[in-house]
Amino acid sequence: MEEYFSPGHTACAGCGMPIVIRHALDVIGKDVIVVNATSCLEIVSSAYPKSAWGVPYIHSLFENSGAIAAGAVASLRVQGNDHTKLVIFAGDGSTYDIGFGVLSGMLERNDDVLYICYDNEAYMNTGNQRSGSTPFGAATTTSPAGKVKHGKTQWKKPIAEIVAAHKIPYVATASIGYMADFENKVRKAKDLKGARFILVLSPCVTGWNYDSAKTIELAKLAVDTGLWMLYEIEDGKFKLSHRPQQFKAVADYLRMQSRFKHLNEDEIKFIQEHVNKTWAEMK
Amino acid sequence: MVRKTVESSIAIAEAVKNCEPDVVACYPITPSTHIAETLAKFYADGELKNFIATESEFASISCICGASAAGGRAFSTTSSQGLALMHEVVYAAAGMRLPVVMVVGNRALSAPLNIWCDHQDSIAERDSGWIQLYCESSQEGVDSAIQAFKIAESTMLPTMVGVDGFYLTHTVEPLDIPTMEEVRKFLPKFQPQVRLDPENPISMGEYALPDTYQSFREDVHKDNLAAKSRIVEVDKEFEQMFGRGHGGLAQGYKSDDADYVFLAMGSVIGNAKEAVDELRAKGKKVGVVKIRSFRPFPEEEVRKLLEGKKHVAVFEKSYSMGSFAPVYADVINSLYSLKKRPVVSSFIGGLGGKDVPVKTVLEIFKTIRKREHMRIWV
Repeated sequence: MEEYFSPGHTACAGCGMPIVIRHALDVIGKDVIVVNATSCLEIVSSAYPKSAWGVPYIHSLFENSGAIAAGAVASLRVQGNDHTKLVIFAGDGSTYDIGFGVLSGMLERNDDVLYICYDNEAYMNTGNQRSGSTPFGAATTTSPAGKVKHGKTQWKKPIAEIVAAHKIPYVATASIGYMADFENKVRKAKDLKGARFILVLSPCVTGWNYDSAKTIELAKLAVDTGLWMLYEIEDGKFKLSHRPQQFKAVADYLRMQSRFKHLNEDEIKFIQEHVNKTWAEMK
Repeated sequence: MVRKTVESSIAIAEAVKNCEPDVVACYPITPSTHIAETLAKFYADGELKNFIATESEFASISCICGASAAGGRAFSTTSSQGLALMHEVVYAAAGMRLPVVMVVGNRALSAPLNIWCDHQDSIAERDSGWIQLYCESSQEGVDSAIQAFKIAESTMLPTMVGVDGFYLTHTVEPLDIPTMEEVRKFLPKFQPQVRLDPENPISMGEYALPDTYQSFREDVHKDNLAAKSRIVEVDKEFEQMFGRGHGGLAQGYKSDDADYVFLAMGSVIGNAKEAVDELRAKGKKVGVVKIRSFRPFPEEEVRKLLEGKKHVAVFEKSYSMGSFAPVYADVINSLYSLKKRPVVSSFIGGLGGKDVPVKTVLEIFKTIRKREHMRIWV
């Protein structure tokens, strides 16, 4: 099997992001153009004159990948190419926050682009600052655990739901802890037309601060605790992809990561109750 | 060629349409909106291949960069705040060598809010690596839009055509618009050497470390300077085909034997020529120098045009707060190597649509004949 994202990139040991990219490209194949928002991915894969990319790749800026892809796909189609797929790989910072307007424009126009957000829940490229994706309670350098504030005081922005509100053909959430599910979603999304969006949880060793051997375990635990829900919204129809038979305690997940180490029992209970309530509403 | 009595924006849009761009992406902003609207109508009528109505100017320029990287000819238009919002992508487009074209309906920048003409919006992008042409007339706007694609695609540098907001976007006058068949003879198909192509995968927009970054920037600078000859050639080729040129990089009007010269960019050149005609009729030795290409700056041409003059008034609709006015500074630098330099004074005016009638030009001529060097706002 040909590798479209080569070894030799400089991502940290245990980083979830290269796993996302490799598996997504394995499914998508070589007839693709990758658009990448400024992120760790761009830094680890494209330091001139080297490149880890075996498929055409363009990085422009932090917050414009939705529009770069929209223009590129329009250009290809006008030139008579009706087959090459446009795939965006962007982090949560550019997706939830700074590129949000451009993303919304791309979704509203239903541009023929597959947008894959690898979500590591903070600005990791600049050294772990809070984003709209950072979960409640997580300590980052701009939502530190202090004497008065214990990490981020807001919940995570429900980006997949906001994206789905644009009524695009396909929205899904995934986790690299459930790789077959992620690959199936990429497989389904790649052949659909119009704007498609997959949000995939991708642990960050340095930002979340955990044992780098446990990336997949952690990504799986996020799902098994109910903190990260796997679902699809296809043509407006919501479908749960996975319901844990026996939910694990959120504390099991939180205690594996230093970003949550400051949380007291009451705070962990508060998060657990939030998860319980979310799932109760799912019935 | 078709002669139509239409609003300048409509004629510019028609000229752009006749260049057969693959992708046009626009967002409305006064005074360039009518160009965008007309292109949208062409698309709705099946006369334009694509039109993306974006959610911001930032997205518009990003769309055309993506379109260009994928091997297409791409165009946008904007003004003022729209161009300011594009700023980050303006630099990236030049650095990535994407030969996109934009027509800028030149307009003042906030604050205070103002929708009328000056050049500060595009002057604020002067250091980005883009080629910048400023037009004297609506006809020049129409023709420069076509020339811009040829210049951009042969230098791999994005090109901006400045047309003075309202003066050159909203006036209705008879304009000659080259037809699509004629443009095809003038403008070859866009065939970039590199593009995003799964058959030949390349990486674009890579990140450069301190050992390589500067050399990328230096290349853009050198190629921008080298584009001077291309701008002249393209204007000449255009003149051969359509019977009118627009002065290449810079052009004098009755300036050969003049002692006093009024130098400027844009639509004010029209009034300046009228003032010169009036003064010439009275036997005064005065002339005009028009700067058409501000980037690359025509250093040698300016030196040649101004050598031996007594006093030059550089009039401009732009500024650099806390320093010298931008065109003035470039003129001064261009003349520095002369042994005997003319006196050069700086006049900033016409900001935010402030009227610059013939009378103002006459007063400036009067002032430079009487007074020594000055730097003033008029």
